[in-house]
Amino acid sequence: MDEREKLLEKYQAKVYKNRKEHLIALEDPGEDGQPQSIAANTRAIPGIMTARGCCYAGCKGVVVGPLKDVCVITHGPIGCGFYSWGTRRNKAKGEEKSGGKNFVPYCFSTDMQEPDIVFGGEKKLEAAIAEAVELFDPKCIMICSTCPIGLIGDDVQAVARRTEAKYGIKAIGYSCEGYKGVSQSAGHHIANNGLMRYVIGTGDTPPKKKFSVNILGEYNIGGDGWEEERILRRCGIEVVSIFTGDGSFEALKNSHLATLNLVMCHRSINYIAEMMKTKYGIDWLKVNFIGVGATCKSLREIAAYFQDPDLTARVEEVIADEVSLIADDIAYYKSKLTGKTAGIFSGGSRSHHYQVLLADFGMETIIAGYEFAHRDDYEGREVIPFIKEDADNKNIETITVEPDPDFYREVYAADALAKLREGIEIDTYDGMMPEMRRGDVVVDDYNHYETDELIKRIKPDIFFSGIKDKYNIQKAGVSSRQIHSYDYSGPYAGFNGAVNFGRDVTMALYTNAWEFVVPPWKSQPMLVGSVGA
Amino acid sequence: MRQVAIYGKGGIGKSTTTQNLTAGLGEMGKKIMIVGCDPKADSTRLVLGGLAQKTVLDTLREEGDDIELDTVLKVGYAGIKGVESGGPEPGVGCAGRGIITSIGLLERLGAYEEDLDYVFYDVLGDVVCGGFAMPIREGKAQEIYIVCSGEMMALYAANNISKGISKYANTGGVRLGGLICNSRKVDGEAELVEAVAKEIGTQMIHFVPRDNAVQRAEINKKTVIDFSPEEPQADEYRTLAKKIDGNDMFVVPKPMSIDRLEEILMEHGIMS
Repeated sequence: MDEREKLLEKYQAKVYKNRKEHLIALEDPGEDGQPQSIAANTRAIPGIMTARGCCYAGCKGVVVGPLKDVCVITHGPIGCGFYSWGTRRNKAKGEEKSGGKNFVPYCFSTDMQEPDIVFGGEKKLEAAIAEAVELFDPKCIMICSTCPIGLIGDDVQAVARRTEAKYGIKAIGYSCEGYKGVSQSAGHHIANNGLMRYVIGTGDTPPKKKFSVNILGEYNIGGDGWEEERILRRCGIEVVSIFTGDGSFEALKNSHLATLNLVMCHRSINYIAEMMKTKYGIDWLKVNFIGVGATCKSLREIAAYFQDPDLTARVEEVIADEVSLIADDIAYYKSKLTGKTAGIFSGGSRSHHYQVLLADFGMETIIAGYEFAHRDDYEGREVIPFIKEDADNKNIETITVEPDPDFYREVYAADALAKLREGIEIDTYDGMMPEMRRGDVVVDDYNHYETDELIKRIKPDIFFSGIKDKYNIQKAGVSSRQIHSYDYSGPYAGFNGAVNFGRDVTMALYTNAWEFVVPPWKSQPMLVGSVGA
Repeated sequence: MRQVAIYGKGGIGKSTTTQNLTAGLGEMGKKIMIVGCDPKADSTRLVLGGLAQKTVLDTLREEGDDIELDTVLKVGYAGIKGVESGGPEPGVGCAGRGIITSIGLLERLGAYEEDLDYVFYDVLGDVVCGGFAMPIREGKAQEIYIVCSGEMMALYAANNISKGISKYANTGGVRLGGLICNSRKVDGEAELVEAVAKEIGTQMIHFVPRDNAVQRAEINKKTVIDFSPEEPQADEYRTLAKKIDGNDMFVVPKPMSIDRLEEILMEHGIMS
């Protein structure tokens, strides 16, 4: 019996039946060449300590929270606002595009109290908006609803409309109550819908440069987005907007005027990538700026898309220069890290991205899991037509868009695009699993028990996860780094980020204090008993 | 202290019946408090002679934590104390949560005095959510009376409320004390309500005839016993009060299937 079977057999029959579809050991592709399938984006079993978050976390915490010139108001009791305040490390600074504004360090909440729940919270929300307008003068306000708001039925969309009429600013209400959907993923979708409906395409400032892109699904954790923008700028590529790390409402408005969309986190933003393709004809390219090799590959693919000899030459120059600048550091950390094994449990894209960076250092990823990914993130977008719809995902609104009469334009005709697709991943994503090897373990909606067991049984040298399981992992004697927040470090993206990552991982592996601690229950009997009379 | 909750279909006369009945109990020398659990806050106007006090929730909203019991609790006819839970205007907020908040607050303010003989909860309509079941949760009302008439929808509602009660009866200790028929002059009304009561496993504790004396007293913001103590209708409420005071039939109701309820209605000639 393999380790996977041993782990699963502890579950009772019903749970076993469910979890065995979510926790798989990779096999070689079958005769038919079909990759394995995995169950994903389904309800977590009650009682299992899942690492998932909620719909509000996906909408406010991930997608709209990082917009620096937007006053994002958490409508609800203070807890949800407080715990989503500054905890995600999406960095931002005021700049010209955001009118010098940066509200990211603030936490705006209506702080609903018991009488507000009983009598309804719309008045308090309007009072909060009035206060925010007076103090901060935002151009855009977004309202994110938490659970009780859905129960008492406050009409946040109506409040948003009244706000627009009263103050002449943009206001968007999101019904992203925590209980919606099966995970954060529902919140991403809801946020995507709102940005598509009310923000994208409302501006008219065209890019200044010949080559322009938006970076989608980059949340600037630890400054990742800044490193990416630095590199792209060196190559002569203009970044029109970033969704949404260090992003701004003002920049997003003009995002439909960029030529190409680069998609980092496929899970959280693919809806916008797809809708912008339909509405504005903008192609999207799945990129990965995590890893030296990955960054080089992504830059070359961007150049390949634009088919411009000067750009291609410039990209090669930049790559050569950047790689030479970090070569010594990378070589040093590689000498320290080669042969080590890793496990990664992240949200919905990083577990794929970081495998490539680890491989740069000669490390092997043997366990990978996601909290809220869908099957296409594991298996590739070609499975989308075969994903079974259920009540949970039908419950989240899907919006359809039509080609825009003014702004729809195609860079390439269908046949040229087909030819381009032979070389690069345009308008599609092949998922994480094809890049992994036989015997590797892939876990969807991982939980506390499975994390503990996998560490015990498979013993990776280092585990990348979040704050919920970091210390458990450490106490099991395995080095642990937070891959959601980077443990106060970063950036990890791009060329300089790779060096930071190599340094942090080396430090973690070579100063693994918990490994040297022998807990008392390992050396002394802890139970005292007596023979019953 | 006996804690009693009064339920029944909207508009059936719960508040009127409760206040007239408590006036009867008050006349007998009982110490009573009425807790109105309806956002409309009209459960105590007959014993207090009009809308006399601020509601608990309005006070909570405006005064914050610093609430005196005197602001929300007023004393009216025969020493009956009245408080109104109050609540949001229709279509806003959460009236159910309001009742939970309000009863919790009354307890902390010490409204439930040791020497009270009765606390009556006059609850809005049906048990639609957790909030409206608050008065029959553990440690609150132990007995329930359902006000109904011989009309079909009133009996439907009575049966539905019985379902709610049976749920709480199994976990808490609440019991059904009987149906109070507040007559609408439907043919064969008493027999029909008696038959339904029997089927549910309870009793029709009293048949309150329809009388304009009730209307006249209400216009004068008074109960019948207070406004026209000599009227025969006043004696009806006195009788109801005595019956409730001496009631010893408390059951876990056995709600009927809709089919069975319709059968009974048919037997009594309502549905034909």
